[in-house]
Parts: sequence; C-alpha cells; structure tokens
Amino acid sequence: MGHDTVEWVFVAIVIAILVYVGVDSWIVQKAVEEIPADAETIKVTGQQWFWSFEHEDGTQEKIELHLIKGHAYKFEIYAKDVMHSFNIPDYVVFEDAVPGHVNHAWFSPDQAGKFPIQCREYCGIGHYQMRGTLVVEENKS
Amino acid sequence: MVLELRKPRPVWQIMFSTHHTDVALLYTITGVAFLFMAGVLALMIRTHLFFPGQGVLIPDPATFNRIFTVHGLTMLFLFALPFAAGIGNYLVPIMVRYKDMAYPKLNAVAFWMNPVGGALLWLGFSDTSWVSYAPYSVIRAPGPAADMMIFGLKILGISSILSSINFVVTILKCKHPDLPLRQVPLFAWSILTVSLMTLVAMPTYAASLIMLLTDRLGVSGFFNPSIGGDPIAYLHLFWFTFHPEVYIFLLPAIGMMYELIPRFSRKPLFSQASGVFAFVMLGLIGFASWGHHMYSTGMDFTTKVVFMIGTLAAVPASGMHVFNFLATMWGGRIRFAAPMKFAVGGIALFFSAGAGGVLNSAMPLDFITHGTYWVVGHMHLFLTGTIAFGFVAMMYYMFPFITGRMYSEKLANIHFIGMMWGTVQVFFTQHLLGLEGMARRIYDYPAEYTSWVQLNQIATVGAWILGGSFVFFLANLIYSAAKGKEANMDDPFGLGGKYYYPYQAKNPTHHTGY
Ligand code: HEM
Ligand SMILES: [Cu+2]
Ligand SMILES: [Cu+2]
Repeated sequence: MGHDTVEWVFVAIVIAILVYVGVDSWIVQKAVEEIPADAETIKVTGQQWFWSFEHEDGTQEKIELHLIKGHAYKFEIYAKDVMHSFNIPDYVVFEDAVPGHVNHAWFSPDQAGKFPIQCREYCGIGHYQMRGTLVVEENKS
Repeated sequence: MVLELRKPRPVWQIMFSTHHTDVALLYTITGVAFLFMAGVLALMIRTHLFFPGQGVLIPDPATFNRIFTVHGLTMLFLFALPFAAGIGNYLVPIMVRYKDMAYPKLNAVAFWMNPVGGALLWLGFSDTSWVSYAPYSVIRAPGPAADMMIFGLKILGISSILSSINFVVTILKCKHPDLPLRQVPLFAWSILTVSLMTLVAMPTYAASLIMLLTDRLGVSGFFNPSIGGDPIAYLHLFWFTFHPEVYIFLLPAIGMMYELIPRFSRKPLFSQASGVFAFVMLGLIGFASWGHHMYSTGMDFTTKVVFMIGTLAAVPASGMHVFNFLATMWGGRIRFAAPMKFAVGGIALFFSAGAGGVLNSAMPLDFITHGTYWVVGHMHLFLTGTIAFGFVAMMYYMFPFITGRMYSEKLANIHFIGMMWGTVQVFFTQHLLGLEGMARRIYDYPAEYTSWVQLNQIATVGAWILGGSFVFFLANLIYSAAKGKEANMDDPFGLGGKYYYPYQAKNPTHHTGY
C-alpha cells in the first residue's frame, strides 16, 4: 500500500469508531429520556447548601428523600440562588439545577436501601457538603 | 545562529527590548515561573485531599476554592498561553524568514500585560472556579477578588488578541516572498491557526467578562435571573470561547512536536499537507462543539445531538496528527535525547486523552462523567500529558541554542520518568474517581467512602512524583545554564548534519540585534 492509502485507511477506521459511538449514544440517550407516563413527580430544589423535596401529595422533605422501590419518579429540578446539579450517582440521575429554569430527570429505583445524593456543580463554600440520602423502601402493598 | 544568554547581558537590556527573541525569553521565563507557582497550588490541593475529614494544609473550604480557581486560571492564562507565545516569538519570524515580528513594540506591550494580569489574579485570589459560572460569580462571589479576576482576565485576553494579530500579520504579510505559505513549517502553521481562532473566539469572552462586571455592579442583569437574566447565556458565551480555546492551548504543542519528531527521527516529515489540513480542519470544526460542556443544563435532545456530532467531527483531525507522527518515526533512526522522549511520551498521552474525550462526548456517558473527577482527569491528560510534555520537550530542545550549554541528560531522564509516571498515576486515577462518582471542586469527602479514599491517595502520591520530577527539571536548567558542558553549536544533539537545523542554515542574515 502506498503512503496515502495507509493514512486513508487509518482515517476511515477512526471515522467508523466515531460513527459507532455517535449512533449508539443517540439510541441510548433517546431511550433514557423517554419518561414513563405514570411517573410520579418530585419537585427538587437546590439552594446553598442543601436539597429539599416535595412529593405529589404535598409532603415535604429536606436532605433525605424517601421513595418506593419499583415506582417511576420524575424530578422537576429548581434552583433558588445559584447553579447546582442534582445527582444520585448510583442511579445515574443527573441534571443541573439552574435558577430561572426547570429541568427534568427520571428514574425508577430497583433496589431498596440508602444511596448518596450530592451536588455536582460548584456552588460555593458549602458545595462539598451539599449531600443528602435517598432512602428506597420496599413496596408494602 | 540564535544565541541569547551566552554573552552575559544586563537584565534590563532584555526587559526593555522589543526584539522577538528577547520578548520570547521574557514570555517563556514568565510562563515557567507561573507553572511552578500554580504547581505548588496543585500539590496543596492534592495533599489536602489525601486526608479526608482532617483539614490538613488547607484549613477551610473558602481557601480551598480560591486555590483551585487560581491554580486553573494561572496554568491556562499565565503558563500555557504565554509559553506558546514565547516559542512562537522565537521561531515564527525565523521560520517565515523575517527580521522580527511585524509589530515589535506591540509585541512587547502584549507581553507586559501578562505580569499585570497575573498580579491581579494572584492578589485577588478569586473563588469563582476558572469557569466563573453565573449567577454565583454575579451574586455570591466575594469582591474585590472576583472583580480583580475579571480585570486580570480582561487584560490577559487583550494581550492574547494583540499577540494573535501580530502573529497573523507576521506570517501572512512578512513571510519571505520565495516561501509559499504551504511550505511554512508546521509549528508556524499551528501558531497561525490558533491566532486566527483567538481572533474569532476571544472577543466573546471579553464581552461576557464586561457583562459579568456590570451585573456584579448591579447596573445590568444579563445573567442574573432575579432581574430577568439567564445564566445559561453565560455558559454559551463562555464555552463558545473556551472550547475553541482548548485547541488554542493544544495546537502549539502539536506544532512543537512537528519540529522535534522528524529531526530526532532523522527522517523527513511524513506529510506536510496532512499536517496543514488537520490544523485548518480543527480550527474550523473546533467552533462546532462548545455545547458538549452543557449537556446537563436542560438542553433538548436535538441540540445535544448536534453538539455531539460537532465534537466527534473534530476527532479525525487530531488522529491525523498522531498518524503523521508515527508514520514519520516509522523506520527512522530515532535518537532518544530528552526532547524526543518528552515528545513521544506526549503523543502517547495525547492518544489516550483523545480516547477518553470521545467517551465523554457520548451523551449518555457524559451524564456519568460531567462534573466529576473524570473531567479533571480528561483535561489534565491534555494539559499536562500533551501540552506540558510538548512544552518541556521544546525547552530541552532550545536549551543549547539559548544558553550555549548542554543540559544534563541524566537529570532529564529522571525528570522524564517522574513526569510520565506521575502523569499516568494522577490523571488515570482521576478518571476512575469520576466513575466512582466523586464530584470535582469539593473541599472534603466522607472518610467512609473507602474507594474514594484509596483512589485519592493513589492520585496524590502520583502528584507528588510529578511535582518531584520538576525539582530535577529546575535544578537541571539552573545548574546547566551556569555550569553545563559547552554545547557543540553545529549539532548539539549529535543528529549529524546541518540539514537538521534548517533555521541556522537557511537564515544566515538573521541576527539577534546584539
Ligand atoms: C479528542 C478531542 C477532545 C474531545 C472529544 C473532548 C471532549 C470533551 C468533552 C465532551 C468535555 C465535556 C466533559 C464534561 O464536562 O462533561 C470536555 C471537557 C473538557 N476538555 Fe475536552 N475534548 C477533547 C480535547 C481536549 C483538549 C485538547 C483539551 C485541552 C487542551 C481539552 C480540555 C478540556 C477541558 C478543560 C474540559 C473541561 C472544562 C471544565 O469543565 O472545567 N479537551 N472535553
Ligand atoms: Cu454544589
Ligand atoms: Cu470542549
């Protein structure tokens, strides 16, 4: 093979990998963003430096969030002061809380137990301790 | 021949000079000084994170936030940009066969803005993080630190625009008429590309800095939602500048590798045309991907897809550089002197960094990595692994030409092994920390998270190794400049033949002015 051919082959392989990454991301992201119709809405509000939650029935919680295994939940994410980012790492729940905007994320916990909640956008002195706990309880009914 | 320090000269003579090689010295020496200052901050951060929950070394989160902010800004604006401008100053006029930069006085002015901007950044010691996201930077960041940072960055931004204008004019207008543009050496091409990119990208940031300032003063509300502004607008303006800017940091280092790889492989470059093409491509497509920093801001699906395609489209151009380097080395009689070791090490890390970059361009994966230590690892594999490696390689390469003496190859070896080892240990580990969910920019973390503790400690030890290797570097530079062996100025690296040093051979009329 001539010099140029080798380079073209190389570039073609790189492009093939990129196309694969792109198409696969498209498919996965499309699926991930499909929010189930029966998802229960939880309002999440970030402020310096804690998270608060409001369930559909009006129950309010701070720092700890209690949910039930097997249900689908849709988060409506607000910010009161500066930008934050709502994150439950174990369930890959992650979306910025931006003042003046409402953002969305959803998930359906499939395991009971306690999972950390954190803030993943720098928001000042207390950013590092803007932590909470997700408590997933067994479905009793 | 370009000799700068061999004959002792009073410092003020260099400081008040407008000659391009003198301005080059000022730029590179200031750049390296800031590299060490910002490096100390980095080691403080890493040492602090070795001990969760104990407040070691950095007693409070406010100080911690200021330290990582000034670390990042210094490395980018006071090391990476000035250092590249320094080497550009040194080599570009020689490469285009002109007696100096097009506007020598403007050149000196652009340099002297750097110490001023640097002083504002360091005296202010802002806590906004290098990205200064609104509305934190508007409504919460304490003054006068944040205001001093805004003014400092403003000055540094203007400096970068002025030196870019100078480079563009020097290359396009002052180039020797016998030298076609496509034959201009690739390092000068890299400087031309990044200078044009700067002229397009930087004004946007300059504007958003002014908007931040007036928002802080309360006379406007561009980014302040409580008076109708939108923080997301700031993010768009910021990343419209700074995604292209990451290539502005990168390409000069790639250009330096184009200088070194053929010379130390003792073989002509595989393809000049492919190098030029890749620079121009990256320069254009680099403007189509800024939104990959904003996937999680609530961007709709289609916009995310567009920015993902824009990001992935820029990757083949980087791949072509790697191919060009490898094809040049293939079958060459490689001489692994220090410049070549660092250049090849940098290429290897460039490749792994690019692979990681492709992964976080993929939207679903970015929701795992964004805002975590993964991103810290990613950018540092480029900034340290590729850019600093290229810069260090160039420093070793220029050393004999500037001082007339040889550096110690033994100390350079220790530096190389330490820097390579340290870089891999810190920044690969930080990728893993990101996957474990550790958020970036946090002052402390729970000591019960054992995987975080272990990975942080591994990363910190890597940082110590990396930092330690630079002690050998500094010692080598200082000692060898004074006491090193006299270099054989016809062929300091023993590559054989003047052919490999075209700038002396082809440019007999070039003189230093002294
Ligand atoms: C193959 C080429 C590259 C690709 C595909 C790529 C991709 C990305 C992506 C997708 C992000 C967003 C990550 C996130 O915050 O979630 C990112 C962040 C970043 N990249 Fe790259 N990148 C590439 C090259 C570079 C280069 C060459 C540099 C620097 C010289 C660089 C510096 C950065 C920085 C500084 C950030 C994060 C900024 C911050 O949030 O503080 N990248 N990159
Ligand atoms: Cu935060
Ligand atoms: Cu980017």
